[in-house]
Amino acid sequence: MALSRAAWGYVDMSDIASNELLEPFERLLAAASPLAQVRALEADAPVSDLWTALNESGFVDAMVSEDQGGAGLSLADAGPLVQALGRQLVPVPFAQTMVARALLAAAGAKRPEGSIVFVSPTSIGTGYQQRAVPQALVADYALVDLGERTVLTSLSDATVTAIGVHASQAADVYWQTSPRALATIATPQGGLRPIAAVLRAAEIAGAADQLLGMTIAYAGERVQFGKPIGKQQAIQQQLAVMAEQTVMARMAAQLGCAHGLPPPTNVAAVAKQIASTAVTTIATTAHAVHGAIGISEEYDLQLFVRRLHEWRIADGTESYWAEQLGRARLRSDAATSVDFVRSELGTPR
Amino acid sequence: MFESLRLSRLPDADEALRAPIKALIAEHLRDRTIEQRARSWMGFDKDFSRQLGQAGFLGLTQPKQYGGSERGPFARYVVVEELLAAGAPVAAHWIADRQSAPLILTYGTEAQRQFYLPRICRGEIFFCIGMSEPGSGSDLASVRTRAVKNDKGWHLSGSKIWTTNAHHVDYMIALVRTSGQPTDRHAGLSQLIIDLKLPGIRIRPITDLTGDAHFAEVFFDGVQLADDALIGTEGAGWHQVTAELAFERSGPERIYSSVVLLDAWIAHLRSNARCNETAMQLTGRLTAQLATLRELSIAVTARLAAGESPVVEASLVKDLGTTLEQSIPALIADDLGSHPDEPINPDLYRSLLYVTHIAPSFSLRGGTREILRGIVARGLGLR
Repeated sequence: MALSRAAWGYVDMSDIASNELLEPFERLLAAASPLAQVRALEADAPVSDLWTALNESGFVDAMVSEDQGGAGLSLADAGPLVQALGRQLVPVPFAQTMVARALLAAAGAKRPEGSIVFVSPTSIGTGYQQRAVPQALVADYALVDLGERTVLTSLSDATVTAIGVHASQAADVYWQTSPRALATIATPQGGLRPIAAVLRAAEIAGAADQLLGMTIAYAGERVQFGKPIGKQQAIQQQLAVMAEQTVMARMAAQLGCAHGLPPPTNVAAVAKQIASTAVTTIATTAHAVHGAIGISEEYDLQLFVRRLHEWRIADGTESYWAEQLGRARLRSDAATSVDFVRSELGTPR
Repeated sequence: MFESLRLSRLPDADEALRAPIKALIAEHLRDRTIEQRARSWMGFDKDFSRQLGQAGFLGLTQPKQYGGSERGPFARYVVVEELLAAGAPVAAHWIADRQSAPLILTYGTEAQRQFYLPRICRGEIFFCIGMSEPGSGSDLASVRTRAVKNDKGWHLSGSKIWTTNAHHVDYMIALVRTSGQPTDRHAGLSQLIIDLKLPGIRIRPITDLTGDAHFAEVFFDGVQLADDALIGTEGAGWHQVTAELAFERSGPERIYSSVVLLDAWIAHLRSNARCNETAMQLTGRLTAQLATLRELSIAVTARLAAGESPVVEASLVKDLGTTLEQSIPALIADDLGSHPDEPINPDLYRSLLYVTHIAPSFSLRGGTREILRGIVARGLGLR
């Protein structure tokens, strides 16, 4: 005897609308940005063709409201798209641009044609700086959190310096004075960093899932001691832990996106804390299973782990967000940790 | 991978149970120490379990015709979450409510359902699970306790060990061999419901390292059972147990075992006005893990609610959950020991060491860490 599912009234938060968009989006990314293309762009080929192809698809306005010409997706709806971008290692800041355009449109500001990165700078004298902004080398604009106001500015007005790490698209971004505003909007509650952190967590989740699949496939192919290494219990146990961390990162990213735009700071903290924590185990295990081939440039593993490590650090590491969240927990008057987690960090009600 | 684990929301109707269960718990736990509350899983309190039954908080997933509330896994999730968050004594009804009742509902005859289920729902009868034997731990298929069919029913000989609360409860559901040999592995195993008051049964409590006696060894010396002791199909015991373990391995019980200690430590930080960077990072780290594991645990419950038996997913979440539970006492001990000049409530200190000592059992009960990771690896297609 089983009770009917309907009688239990369970609510699945994964959205049907986003699932309908996900498949065509994944197809688009696979065609426009195969890993060979990722390598070429890392080696300094211009990104303009890729950006044009993605831009023309219309997905860039997926989160802009329908009456402003977008698809009106919430952040929860768009989360799977951001994971797909991470999975495919798309070498332009598409997720950031998609969200930035939604923020600009919601404030009635004009949206520029190019790509946009998020910057939450530190002020240095009269200037502003943020180090190692992922994909700043290939972006056209920055959305810069200046406290109460946030400005859209052209990166051609900033000093953009490659960080000098092999094949990285990250750059230090510096403005000698206030960035020249092409548009000004009120800074979202909590600032830009929680938004950037949630997007990064979703990208980590996507790339981690792809890397897990690659690593399992390799363990099934690579033969040592007369059998695939995946038949060894020692390898199986490590891959189980890698899978667990991948699932943790994905669930945290889903939770981070679930509340819409902007995500509550504490929820963003959970998303990035967990995703950043997962990176080390995931990258370490992928390397351990692959052995020496994983250290080579020729093999694709490096494309994934280099990004995972960069994304772990970007927009706040696990300890940065843990400290923010810990202070919030101590300040709260929740009677128990379960009450706090349920009321502050649960799914929206 | 494991795409079925998706963010899900507890239905409002089930959330509505939270306020009344909180009130009942608060009333009952008023005078309990931290150390008593830290023993939640091990706290055997028949009166409290009966109160829960009378208030309708047991058998939440059981049909109304058998005394249940017909509400489904999410209702149970809410109630169990509140019980564990508060450190309420759940041991008495725990196994009957979580595993035995669903098992009897799924595999039992109509007569068995009517005999056991209403009393489980009222909190009147309690169960234990007979799995491990002296020679069978993780290798469960090697059990040697044997029931032989005779004209009166089943003749049972052998023993079970590490059986939680066998010396306190009324019935055991045991996995035994009813045909074939141990070398036949999964074939020939069956599940029997054993009335622990029958002649020929001897129960020896085993004292654990904390000084408690929460588990026991149970000897069956030619015990005569009736025909209807068999639950489900003869020879299908392994399959039934596997499905049962999906219930045991899911649910909030696999993330909250150390949460009373965590909250006592946070109260300690507050009362000492301590908000140093390391302690704040630790608080945030544990909170973030709890939040994410709670969503994963709800996601597993959603699979149960959808009528699936999420064996692999439940194993994955249990391994993650027990890892968190076990890390909590180790990390808190380091924090407290790093502040030797800070006064510590002796109750907190005793609770810390209690959880420290019992925590290794978190990744033994319900399947060891290594077994669970093996199940996950199978789910990944590696074996």
